[in-house]
Amino acid sequence: MTTTASGGSGLTGLTAAELAEKLQSGATSAVEVTQAHLDRISAAEPAVHAFLHVAADEALAAARAADEDRAAGRAASPLAGVPLALKDVLTTTDMPTTCGSRMLQDWVAPYDSTVVRKLRDAGVVVLGKTNMDEFAMGSSTENSAYGPTHNPWSTDRIPGGSGGGSAAALAAFEAPLAIGTDTGGSIRQPGAVTGTVGVKPTYGGVSRYGLVAFSSSLDQPGPCARTVLDAALLHEVIGGHDERDSTSIAQPVPPVVAAAREGASGDLRGVRVGVVRELAGEGYQPGVQASFDAAVAQLTGLGAEVVEVSCPNFDYALGAYYLIAPSECSSNLARFDAMRYGLREGDDGARSAEEVMSLTRESGFGPEVKRRIMLGTYALSSGYYDAYYGQAQKVRTLISRDFSAAFQQVDVLVSPTTPTTAFRIGERVDDPMSMYLADLCTIPSNLAGNAAMSVPCGLSADDGLPVGLQIMAPAMADDRLYRVGAAYEAARDAADGGALINRVPQLEVAQ
Amino acid sequence: MSKISRDEVAHLAGLARLAVTEAELDTFAGQLDVILESVARVGEVAADDIPPTSHAVPVTNVFRPDEVRPSLPRDQVLAGAPAAEQERFRVPRILNQEG
Amino acid sequence: MTATAEIMDYEQVLDRFDPVLGLEVHVELSTRTKMFCGCGNEFGAEPNTRTCPVCLGLPGSLPVVNGKAVESAIRIGLALNCQVADWCRFARKNYFYPDMPKNFQTSQYDEPIVFDGYLDVVLDDGETFRVEIERAHMEEDTGKSLHVGGSTGRIHGAEHSLLDYNRAGVPLIEIVTKPITGAGARAPEVARAYVAALRDLLRALDVSDVRMDQGSLRCDANVSLSPRGSGVFGTRTETKNVNSLRSVERAVRFEMQRHAAVLTEGGEIRQETRHFDESTGSTAAGRPKETSEDYRYFPEPDLVPIAPSRDWVTELGGTLPELPWERRKRVQDQWGLSDEELRDLVNAGALDLVAETVDAGASSGEARSWWVAYLAQQANTRGVELAELAITPKQVARVVELVGQGQLTNKLARQVVDGVLDGDGEPDEVIAARGLEVVSDDTQLQAAIDEALAAQPDVVDKIRDGKVQAAGAIVGAVMKATKGQADAKRVRELVLAACGQ
Ligand SMILES: [Mg+2]
Ligand SMILES: [Zn+2]
Repeated sequence: MTTTASGGSGLTGLTAAELAEKLQSGATSAVEVTQAHLDRISAAEPAVHAFLHVAADEALAAARAADEDRAAGRAASPLAGVPLALKDVLTTTDMPTTCGSRMLQDWVAPYDSTVVRKLRDAGVVVLGKTNMDEFAMGSSTENSAYGPTHNPWSTDRIPGGSGGGSAAALAAFEAPLAIGTDTGGSIRQPGAVTGTVGVKPTYGGVSRYGLVAFSSSLDQPGPCARTVLDAALLHEVIGGHDERDSTSIAQPVPPVVAAAREGASGDLRGVRVGVVRELAGEGYQPGVQASFDAAVAQLTGLGAEVVEVSCPNFDYALGAYYLIAPSECSSNLARFDAMRYGLREGDDGARSAEEVMSLTRESGFGPEVKRRIMLGTYALSSGYYDAYYGQAQKVRTLISRDFSAAFQQVDVLVSPTTPTTAFRIGERVDDPMSMYLADLCTIPSNLAGNAAMSVPCGLSADDGLPVGLQIMAPAMADDRLYRVGAAYEAARDAADGGALINRVPQLEVAQ
Repeated sequence: MSKISRDEVAHLAGLARLAVTEAELDTFAGQLDVILESVARVGEVAADDIPPTSHAVPVTNVFRPDEVRPSLPRDQVLAGAPAAEQERFRVPRILNQEG
Repeated sequence: MTATAEIMDYEQVLDRFDPVLGLEVHVELSTRTKMFCGCGNEFGAEPNTRTCPVCLGLPGSLPVVNGKAVESAIRIGLALNCQVADWCRFARKNYFYPDMPKNFQTSQYDEPIVFDGYLDVVLDDGETFRVEIERAHMEEDTGKSLHVGGSTGRIHGAEHSLLDYNRAGVPLIEIVTKPITGAGARAPEVARAYVAALRDLLRALDVSDVRMDQGSLRCDANVSLSPRGSGVFGTRTETKNVNSLRSVERAVRFEMQRHAAVLTEGGEIRQETRHFDESTGSTAAGRPKETSEDYRYFPEPDLVPIAPSRDWVTELGGTLPELPWERRKRVQDQWGLSDEELRDLVNAGALDLVAETVDAGASSGEARSWWVAYLAQQANTRGVELAELAITPKQVARVVELVGQGQLTNKLARQVVDGVLDGDGEPDEVIAARGLEVVSDDTQLQAAIDEALAAQPDVVDKIRDGKVQAAGAIVGAVMKATKGQADAKRVRELVLAACGQ
């Protein structure tokens, strides 16, 4: 029997900031909040499939501990007792870490990632692990070995990827907070197509220790939420220097929560905003372009000084990305060889280690992962390195220079987060290049390592699906994203008479 | 015209330790061709005087003090092993000799 | 498979060819922890008890460079007269092998930390041969495999293998020479002497245990032959598994002879890896690889570049101890040694021991005599290296001091040394425990002398007649009677006095 039930009602309808306030005042308990979300997960999962693993017992135990700490007057952080959905690419000692791959089915890491350790230290309650494209390679979550996730706005649509599970969990009100990882847009693009907020912090701003690497020089964990303030609260919990990650920046986390609160006052006078000329035009869905233009007009209305800026080398970003990321992945994924952990196939006593490795990798990896391993192996091969990998790294230099020049003129850059709204499940699976285009706007920030955010900017007039506004800031100026994002969000909600996310259709859910 | 041959795909699969099927050889040859043609544009812009960027953050000299930290307990080390014997990881016979 | 290779007579090889060598030495650093993680770096621990997510290459783990290892690399470079890079990176060397947890080795590729140096090597005849150093770079060691089934734990015919990753991630410095030409007939000796000199240098720097038997110093020898006078390099082979100084020499010699035989018969040398067999003194080809080597190096994205400041390099330069050749030069001058005497000392592995004995107060002559004679002989009978004998230079110096003070005779001194070697404690303790003190009490001696004089009246007459050299027979008898504990000089005085001389 099915019936409709709103996810956005009761405890599950609240933002993390609101939950934190109720927990603080004693109006509710972490156990109550956690149970409400576990119930919502049970109801929504058949339609959404955002989770690969739900850790009900562990979550309730963590919630009880958070309640006890609070009762004893030592709440670990403002987010103590607030639930969260974790992308299944960060290691956890009490849940499997599969990365959406058969290769790691049921694998439990003997150590916690730094992000998870910080979450636990802050008293955040981890509900479970969310679905993703296998090893974070994809833009639709269709590359998961465990089946696709459905977009709560329209369940025949993709929720974006690779972090579609985390974004869908937010949009389906299964969790108020989530963690994603962004290599070429895997936080921002799912955020855009599900009407949620996603932030890729400055590369080095959040530790990668325990993040199963796809492309080491690009990967960056970050916060996902339904509001800019919630993302900021989570950002401060997970950010900061980590001596276990050599590429982690030894500086304090930028003051993102203060910036989000300041921005919410809605005043952007004195802020210079640059519209990137190259991230528009052919290939951009008219409804997306229109929503973006309206958002830019709202920024002007808030007092921002808006100018057009040119970043000519962004045209080469996609090419550079699809050389660098596969190259690094071909090396990072070499460790999945059936010798020490994970899947082993074909070990019949007669076959050699070499044969067992090849058979296991052949059957354990999905087609997209294999395609990228092959592409990366090619790009790094002697004779091709200079023309491909070497050139791609030079493009990276040029893109960084474009950003530097642009940030001389403006404080932040803006663009649509994605060229189109969520496409239909199955629509692009056989056409890798068209799939890759989904990350056209997000990739430059990964290549340069600067900070970027996607914040919902209305629904596309042509299909009624969410559109994302991308805001980009210089490295370690993540606070600018939050100031501008929060100001825009407040103006949008005021104009719309409510939060965009509350317009998500009610799911057909099991009762 | 195809840039990447079936044989080349087979060679790459060998380097990458993937026991690809005959059908996959054709599929990958076709798809890699399309992707490579598209990404090859990176060759258009970058001249010799442009230094490559390998790391987005310009940090150098990150070192760890030479101090012992606890290793993992051995039962945890071997817990995830597909096979273990004599407190070691058991693997099929190794053909290639390597240094 | 095991057909013995044809080899050419060594003299004939040199008539036709000039050998070209290239030596790659891997040194395990003796840091407390591994290269990229905090696991203990120790030899011989229980399997898989010195491992963590990083050195097991677990998904999500990240390396962090051991600063001490970088210091050691720079110090080694400075001692080898190398340039230190202003800026360099680690790279990934990609290939699959079960003993390598990540299936890539974190190493350095075209940006080694130090490069362009040399090491002057003293050959057996005292001549110096300069070996040019191409580079030295940092990398990590692999795990160890145990091959089960088949014969004698060898990889061939094994049914399966067992892996221990305690060694995985141990810091390695790989030191690579430029092509060594012009050594001619002495190429095998140069190879051995180079590795020996490098070993002494690394020991002096205190950066490694340099135990070839335990694998903390490993040498791969590249050998090729160039037709005499042609200047054209031939195809090289790389011989691995060369685990002693003697083997280095034998392996190079064997490969020269094998190459020459193949080339002379019109054959071709295949560029390949070969393995040295200690028991036969020959090399054998490894199994050919399925796929050609293509390591697909690229800069390691998980580690940031290293840019040693000039100040740091200067500071490290100041920490270099007196290096072996500097010490040799100084010692030769100070002790007034001939080249030959110095060489004997060096070849016996006694130089440092003698120097330390001198530092502890002994004269260089006494110290040398103890180490190269009696102690070298003891080391030989006990089957250990001189340095491994259970006696310290300080203890030897004490024995020398006691002899000088007349408290020990040379014979007694050797008994004291034996006691120390047997683990009976300090020289003074051995003397007390074994009652080895010289008998210097005249009244005690007089009884023994009277007895000896009475037993040999004819000798007494000769002495009385002025033939004082005859006293030796009496002294000998007294020494025998006192079991060598008498001071022979004093006995002689007393004997002569008793005979009116
Ligand atoms: Mg090496
Ligand atoms: Zn370790």
